[in-house]
Amino acid sequence: MTPVLAVSFDALTSAGFWIGVGVLAGTYAIFTLGLQLNVGFTGIINFGQAGFMAIGAYAMGILVVRAGWSLWAALPAATAIATAAGVLLGLPSLRLRADYFAIVTIAFAEIVRYVAQNARGLTGGNQGLLGFDDEWLDLSDRILGWLPASVQDQFLLPLLIVVWIAVALLTGLLMLLQRSPWGRVLRAIREDEDAARALGKNVLAYKLQSIALAAALGAIAGYFLALNLSFLSPESFEPQFTFIGFTILILGGLASYVGVALGSVIIWTLLEATRFVDLPLAAEKVAALRFVIVGVALIVLVAFRPQGIVGKREEMVLRD
Amino acid sequence: MAGPADSALAPARRERSRGAGAAVARLTGGGRGPLAATTALVAALALALVVGYGLHDVAQRAVNGLVSGSYFALGAVGLTLVYGTLRLVNFAHGDLLTFGAYMAFMANVTWGLPLAVAALFALVATAALGVLSERVMWRPMRGRGAGLLQLLLMTLGLAFVIRYGIQMIWGTLPRRLDVDVTASIGFLGLRIGRTELIVVIVGFVVLIAIGVMLRRSSLGRQMRALSDDMSLAEATGIDTDRVVVATWVFAAGLAGLAGVLYTAAIGTMTPNLGFFLLLSLFAAVILGGIGNAYGALAGGLLLGLAQEWSTLLFDPRWKVAVGFAILIAVLIVRPQGLFGRRERTL
Repeated sequence: MTPVLAVSFDALTSAGFWIGVGVLAGTYAIFTLGLQLNVGFTGIINFGQAGFMAIGAYAMGILVVRAGWSLWAALPAATAIATAAGVLLGLPSLRLRADYFAIVTIAFAEIVRYVAQNARGLTGGNQGLLGFDDEWLDLSDRILGWLPASVQDQFLLPLLIVVWIAVALLTGLLMLLQRSPWGRVLRAIREDEDAARALGKNVLAYKLQSIALAAALGAIAGYFLALNLSFLSPESFEPQFTFIGFTILILGGLASYVGVALGSVIIWTLLEATRFVDLPLAAEKVAALRFVIVGVALIVLVAFRPQGIVGKREEMVLRD
Repeated sequence: MAGPADSALAPARRERSRGAGAAVARLTGGGRGPLAATTALVAALALALVVGYGLHDVAQRAVNGLVSGSYFALGAVGLTLVYGTLRLVNFAHGDLLTFGAYMAFMANVTWGLPLAVAALFALVATAALGVLSERVMWRPMRGRGAGLLQLLLMTLGLAFVIRYGIQMIWGTLPRRLDVDVTASIGFLGLRIGRTELIVVIVGFVVLIAIGVMLRRSSLGRQMRALSDDMSLAEATGIDTDRVVVATWVFAAGLAGLAGVLYTAAIGTMTPNLGFFLLLSLFAAVILGGIGNAYGALAGGLLLGLAQEWSTLLFDPRWKVAVGFAILIAVLIVRPQGLFGRRERTL
């Protein structure tokens, strides 16, 4: 009889495994930076981040494939579209209480996914959308050409490099913003909205900027997701990805931008490693196991270490 | 201020003069409160659709709407009571429906028990899961004074554990209960599946029983009192701990039953059925006014009608999105819902 848990560590020593994990971790770090801005620094509970990621990725894909745009022109345009979607969603709903806002945002993300699934002429529906990444593949080949000969078979390496440059730049930018007067107002809103309002700050405008910026970050994460898969399909944007983001957020620690990257690497290493645990289970059941792990991690973290790895207890919006 | 039980009995009275519902009531003439206004609005909508699409099509879809409305209402009433009583927005509530459906599958198909017994088993098992979650998670977290985000994320974690735990055991292939979903019955030129008819009958009998229980029994009144204002209810000497457990039994049990009815009506179950229903349940709850048990019952039925009637206007694949659109529209236009009070939402 075979042992129930036979783990082969071969995979963990392969460069391909770590490059794959790195790309996913980088993508979701950018995704979660948006959540950190909203949840950790502004105190608004955005459960619709996967919807912004979908809008960005699909807007980019549709502009390139259906409208014949260059990828490099489509990226800023798609970012602008996602940002506008953030404003449009926030304008009526940010006035609501936090729990209602959470429900509205998840409903918004589901509407986006429904449209992606059903507006087949535009999005390709469940068949997916292909053929938006030719220009990226050219650039990717060029980047690979600059790298040493020993890594020429790692075709995802250029994406890994670009995504982590983006993570570093965006993390730095957000940290700078957070130290600016703008960032201090956000924190003030998180701590006491009425006090911020009493000091003459337009709370709704700041919250709108926060959600719009998070939407842009979601869209950027969407481009990396799209380039990684070279294929867009509605199931890549299901709400559970927002909650993987929240698990990363809590693990890394609320109100810490650096924690986001750390949390993302840990979560994706864990999730991808389950592929190599040799369980007597069908593939769909191993996929299910990954999400059971996410669920348990979320419950245990929130219950026992809500400040995460590097979060500060005194900056927690968790208890309000 | 009136006592909690009294104000829970009469949310309609305080709403009479406010908001869109009252405006519609005035427009339609002689309406009294949101209930009359809503009835008038639905009747006007039905009439407009009859003029446009003919009586038969509208009536047939109303029948279909009552089928889905009955399991929406059963799912929504528990969601709203748990919110009202514990201020817990339970994102795992949909997965309680899934749990109920798979418990019925296990009893009905794996063990070969009759469906009625299996449904009862599902109800009891799901109620037990609800009480377990209260004891293991929610009560300790309340004791520590957990915040909103903490609780929301824990319900999401629990939702993942239930849904994907079920997927690990039963896989993603659609499963069926041992029911005949093809046989149908005709009346007045309308058709309804034999199983669907049973679903509607069971659904409505249970809904009426819930309504009577909430209004007449002292436990029901205490549940609504707690849902209305917990500290006030505590101050009036209600044993809140007992009522909280009763609320979980009630909410989760009905969710389990709703899952079975849904599966019986649709014919198949998959592990994500509850998650897909969850947002419709939220829509029903918000439509009825969050925390308001009667509102959730009405909201569930209205949502069922709205989704089915929408298929006259749009392709049926947009049916579910209608629920989301209603959810967002209600929150923006009238966040307190048709029967709720304004201070709950802002």
